[in-house]
Amino acid sequence: MPVIAYANPSRFLAITDRVLPWLTAATVLAFAFGISQIYLAPDDYQQGATVKIMFIHVPAAWLGTFAWVLMSAAALGTLVWRHPLADVAAKAAAPIGAAFTLMCLVTGSLWGRPMWGTYWVWDARLTSVLVLFLMYLGVIVLWRTIEEPTQAAKVAAVLTLVGAINIPIIKYSVDWWNTLHQGASVLRLGGSAIHSTILLPLLVMIVAFTLLFLTLHLAAMRNEIMRRRLRTMLLTQADAGA
Amino acid sequence: MTMDLGPHAAFIVTAYAAAVAIVAGLVLWVVLDRRHLTRTLEDVEAQGITRRSRRAGGTS
Repeated sequence: MPVIAYANPSRFLAITDRVLPWLTAATVLAFAFGISQIYLAPDDYQQGATVKIMFIHVPAAWLGTFAWVLMSAAALGTLVWRHPLADVAAKAAAPIGAAFTLMCLVTGSLWGRPMWGTYWVWDARLTSVLVLFLMYLGVIVLWRTIEEPTQAAKVAAVLTLVGAINIPIIKYSVDWWNTLHQGASVLRLGGSAIHSTILLPLLVMIVAFTLLFLTLHLAAMRNEIMRRRLRTMLLTQADAGA
Repeated sequence: MTMDLGPHAAFIVTAYAAAVAIVAGLVLWVVLDRRHLTRTLEDVEAQGITRRSRRAGGTS
């Protein structure tokens, strides 16, 4: 069966109906394992126990940017192939991406106060992530403002692709500018700079949060398909009664 | 067995509390939205309004 066949909304609903319970169970198990590893992880020699904030801050940062990349891929699906499931994927991802970006900002500030002596600095990394959060809000407002879903999808897709320029800025801001935020320490040339006793729980939590994202995204996509079907039914009925 | 979070315990606990609140908010949003949509769909179908594919004998 060609891959495009799986992008049929009815087939998508049938597949996700079977997949979601397993994905939910995998998410719960991954979090249980991750939390046990956090409990066992030693304090950092410089940060002390504050390093535990990194176990939620780093996955949140990863998902905040990942969701925008996913929305950008979906935006191409909307503009190039005009596929309705691409619209649904983009719309469902926006609030989830916004929530994880907010989590990244809040946990980062709470880590920054004891470690840097301030909740916030206007350095390139922090500012570009704040811009990402504001762009998420902009896309969500667009989806809510334009009533016709196909029209809203096109406008949101253009804004998403324009906003995608911020993703490499976020990633490389710590290299391009002199920032208070540290450089890459998990994914970098020459291997991770983090000791294995802290890296393991961090990687497990990244997996757990990613599974959570996928679970929430699929569930939100199912809701959006249902909302569109409901809208179509009501419009068809209104046309018939007119 | 309790965990010693050191002098910055308040920041660590607040960060985790914020993360839990945000995740709980997301889960609630998805679940309540689903519940609302299901109820509305049932109400609409009770009024005799159905999808075109269902009227035509389709399965989707």
